[in-house]
Amino acid sequence: MKKLKLEGNQFLLLITVLLFAVMYVIGLIVFKDNNFGRLQVFLNLFISNAGLIVIAVSMTMVLITGGIDISVGSVVAMTCMLLAWMMEKKGIGAVPAVIIVLLIGIVFGLVQGFLIAYLKIQPFIVTLAGMFFARGMTAIISTEMISIKNELFLSWAQEKLYFPFGGYVNKKGVVINPYIYPSVVMALLVLVIVFLILKYTKFGRSIYAVGGNEQSALLMGLNVRRTKLKVYIIDGFLAAFGGFLFCLNTCSGFVEQAKGFEMEAIAGAVIGGTLLTGGVGNVIGSLFGVLIKGTIETFITFQGTLSSWWTKITIAALLAFFIILQSLFAKAKEKRK
Amino acid sequence: MENSRKENKIVLTMRHINKNFPGVVALQDVDFTLRAGEIHALMGENGAGKSTLIKVLTGVEEFETGEIKIDGMPHSIINKSPQEAQANGISTVYQEVNLCPNLSVAENLFIGREPKKFGAIDWKTMNKKSKEVLGSLDIDIDVTKTLDNYSIAIQQMIAIARAVDMSAKVLILDEPTSSLDDGEVEKLFTLMRKLKAQGVGIIFVTHFLEQVYEVCDRITVLRNGALVGEFEVEKLPRVRLVAEMMGKDFDDLAAIKKSGEEKKKKSEEVVIDARKLYHAGTIKPFDIQIHKGEVIGLTGLLGSGRSELARAIYGADKADGGDLFVKGQKLLIGAPIDAMQAGMAYLPENRKEEGIIADLSVRENIIIALQAKKGIFKQLSRKEQEEFTDKYIELLQIKTANREVPIKQLSGGNQQKVILGRWLLTNPDFIILDEPTRGIDIGTKTEIQKLVLRLAGEGMAVMFISSEIEEMLRTCSRMAVLRDGWKVGELGEEELSQEGVMKAIAGGGSDE
Amino acid sequence: MSNAKKTLRKLTEYKLFLPFLCLALVLLINVIKTPTFFAITINNGVFYGYIIDVINRASELVILAVGMTLVVAASGGTDISVGAVSALAGAVCCFVLSGGEQSVNEYHAPYILGVLAAMAIGIICGAWNGFLVAKMKIQPMVATLILFTAGRGIAQLITDGQMIYVRVDHFKKLGAFIDGVPLPTPVFAAIFVVIVTMLLLKKTALGLYIQTVGINAKAARLVGLNSTMIQFLTYTYCGLCAGIAGLIITSRVYSIDANNAGLNMELDAILAVALGGNSLGGGKFSLAGSVIGAYTIQALTTTLYAMGVSADQIPVYKAIVVVIIVSLQSPELLKIWKNIKKKFGNDGARKKVA
Repeated sequence: MKKLKLEGNQFLLLITVLLFAVMYVIGLIVFKDNNFGRLQVFLNLFISNAGLIVIAVSMTMVLITGGIDISVGSVVAMTCMLLAWMMEKKGIGAVPAVIIVLLIGIVFGLVQGFLIAYLKIQPFIVTLAGMFFARGMTAIISTEMISIKNELFLSWAQEKLYFPFGGYVNKKGVVINPYIYPSVVMALLVLVIVFLILKYTKFGRSIYAVGGNEQSALLMGLNVRRTKLKVYIIDGFLAAFGGFLFCLNTCSGFVEQAKGFEMEAIAGAVIGGTLLTGGVGNVIGSLFGVLIKGTIETFITFQGTLSSWWTKITIAALLAFFIILQSLFAKAKEKRK
Repeated sequence: MENSRKENKIVLTMRHINKNFPGVVALQDVDFTLRAGEIHALMGENGAGKSTLIKVLTGVEEFETGEIKIDGMPHSIINKSPQEAQANGISTVYQEVNLCPNLSVAENLFIGREPKKFGAIDWKTMNKKSKEVLGSLDIDIDVTKTLDNYSIAIQQMIAIARAVDMSAKVLILDEPTSSLDDGEVEKLFTLMRKLKAQGVGIIFVTHFLEQVYEVCDRITVLRNGALVGEFEVEKLPRVRLVAEMMGKDFDDLAAIKKSGEEKKKKSEEVVIDARKLYHAGTIKPFDIQIHKGEVIGLTGLLGSGRSELARAIYGADKADGGDLFVKGQKLLIGAPIDAMQAGMAYLPENRKEEGIIADLSVRENIIIALQAKKGIFKQLSRKEQEEFTDKYIELLQIKTANREVPIKQLSGGNQQKVILGRWLLTNPDFIILDEPTRGIDIGTKTEIQKLVLRLAGEGMAVMFISSEIEEMLRTCSRMAVLRDGWKVGELGEEELSQEGVMKAIAGGGSDE
Repeated sequence: MSNAKKTLRKLTEYKLFLPFLCLALVLLINVIKTPTFFAITINNGVFYGYIIDVINRASELVILAVGMTLVVAASGGTDISVGAVSALAGAVCCFVLSGGEQSVNEYHAPYILGVLAAMAIGIICGAWNGFLVAKMKIQPMVATLILFTAGRGIAQLITDGQMIYVRVDHFKKLGAFIDGVPLPTPVFAAIFVVIVTMLLLKKTALGLYIQTVGINAKAARLVGLNSTMIQFLTYTYCGLCAGIAGLIITSRVYSIDANNAGLNMELDAILAVALGGNSLGGGKFSLAGSVIGAYTIQALTTTLYAMGVSADQIPVYKAIVVVIIVSLQSPELLKIWKNIKKKFGNDGARKKVA
């Protein structure tokens, strides 16, 4: 690679990754007495955010087309509620229940995609309706919280996959190896698949083209409508899938679940270098965006005395930082021309 | 080898094409025939139906009745989308660059037909092929960089390269040259001749008559949505072509020349006096003086800084240094409003992006500058607004159903007149006209040229920028020449000739 | 074409036709379902009834929709922070009036100070959004995402995560009734904001300026408008509206709950703008449309309550109504419909001949 080949957008991604690294090092120094350095602490970032990673990846894809999906948080809640309700109230097995919610996700995406791609209604409005709908449906299914006791489901949720290394010795002298849950593996799998689709398929590049300039994409012979429809169908599927992973963490369904999830996903994507105007974005960046959010939460937990609202304020400050940085880059580019 | 036989083979026929837009007949029973290995000009004034015919052919617009036949297809075809048109062997380069700014150059060339390896896009091959494709057009750029790193001219060449590389039977070039400089146009023509030799049928839409006579074999002329006729280039002299397009005998050119003779007396009163004005990156420090009642032309190649000089004076791009005196008063321009208050007006080069307020009515588009000048609290009354609008609709003969029609529904020439009206209403002492006649039919062109001379005659100072030297010679009394961002000289009245200007633009020792 | 048809066509071409039709439909359903819907009773010298309730409850939404309309028109984007800013303004107001205590029975500072503080914080938040959008050229949704995320956090910081109660009768008046006036105070506040805004738009060139900037900011600058300043002003004004709405919200419950005050109001406000027939892409706009849109949303909500739908479930119906309305407004639907008709066209054509 030649020198200075880095374009503005790649540079932003680099900053995101660096920021994450710096934050983590600060954590290591400040909380060194609290075992912040343990591999498990790092893995916990993935464990507690497995669902969000999937949602952020899916959101990134939607944002690249120049659209947006603010229904995902509600879809996650609806998915969790449906899973809990089907398994606990209707006695449906865990496998069929998961298949059903994934199908519902696809149908949900199909409807949203049709309204956006074929009726050309603004994505914000369509998914706003989707958000209302899914949240309301959650309440219609049950206003009470339902806890999941299905054994198969719980076994998925609690199956620890241990690392053969990186462990530490506890007070009793037993070696405790770090572990992850299957949900993490699934989330990372989704990340890799979407990454490959975006980079190496015609469909993936069409997504970028549509976001870059819809009219041009059309005139260059791409099927803009179908591309968008497909994106929203995948998005609906991933929202349900992310909901499933989220449910593996919480093992329950209730109305207020995953509220504001969509904004966390958008914030993650923006911090990771995705432009909301479309055409620019990268799922790897979004992963780091989510990890940065997770790290802030870990800080607050470790610190112990800070109130929860500091998470919001810090994330907002980081958002402000990245957004202004993006804007300065854009301005510099404009000037160079 | 087989060329002589191919010459006669018909690759595309369009028969009895009809197309209506709400309230307007866009195409009425239009026929069009394209043969293999010919360059076929599609000519007509604005609103004649050229673009609509192209859009119908390429599947951007639907048509009501008629049939399209392509060589090798047993049945008539209807392209429902640009994709289908491409699949049927029609590729198109549009007037405005239609590529994706966020994708790499290579992707823009290959999107939709990327080379693949194991089912995945093969980036390495794609980049290599792109290098080759562009190399054949003498363009040596980094194809992995995103498109928005490059100038409009390069982007247009990339668009052309894309269309050509799709090895189509029919290649449509819809005013591809408007953002290219002479060298690039020449490259394009070379390419077109090469494709012609290979048997490709090329439809070439342009406003430049010279270009038609340089490369084309046949001409089809449309007027008001109807077919006027198909002609062979050798058998159709320019004057007749113009007459066919306009549908009337054409002696306006001569008339303009005559009125040009009248504008002799030059005032000594200096309206604009710029000293060492510059804008970083676009225009180097320049001095210029403009007198009352004169038309000064700015000439130079595209990218020479001719538009940028004007923008620096008006404050469209805030000058980074230097002094500007307006009628002897030093003026600091922070934003265009300051220039307006000092009596300037500016008709920008890019009508669509910087000129019209698309969704607003003709009335609102006309009064907006005056309203801005007066300030937010001194609203023009509805009655005043209507009077002003009617006055300029009448004066400039703007063709519009009424004054409340959104400007976007007007044809390009009429939009330009509305914008002219907008500025004349502010009663300026100095007006900058940057490519006021680009993309405008010949009739309106001459009207605007006449208007320029009349305004100067009334004492207004005019700065006129055009890429058509002929037009500049007709209107300007003096020209400033720009090259590579520098103002390199001025040509007085006596030096104004086609040859003189060309020489000055090219500069000494240049290989152009 | 017959005269009746002509009139009908003219009517449907009237740009507020659809918004009005929506509102009328919702009201009609109400009357059928609840015959007492338009009944107004007088109790203790004040009016009561469903319709009064709709007009009363819609007030905050109307105020937010007014601000949102201008923002959308001038920048082609939405301000998603208004709900959070309302909560923040409410929190600041209560904090000032309570002197930082959790529950007070009398003001610790003059009432007007609390009001001014709330408005000031609204203006500051709006100005920050305006700065990011107009000056830094950041897309509106992204720019306002910052305060959307931070707003409630800061509000909680101010209230220390607690509810603050201001149990003073005077404080409740803005959200309830002023002695001797039979209509709820929020109604007047909403009318006041609408009228002031209308006057600003009609009596000055502001309306034209906003549309020009919204349609083509580059061209607007070249004809001498200060696009940056105009966009900045609309955001600031929207912030002020959010501040006023926050005051009413807190006054209704004489307390502030930073987590829930004005929750999802930004979505309703955006919806109101869209229901009013305004394009969210900016440019031409109708303030009256947005106001009608706001009342439609509230009428719908009240209707659903009246029909016994629980608060949690209301969004489902809202969503369905929204999808139907925006689909009807989509020109694409007409095209698809025409294509379908063409396919089965033979049948229709024959009928026409007959």
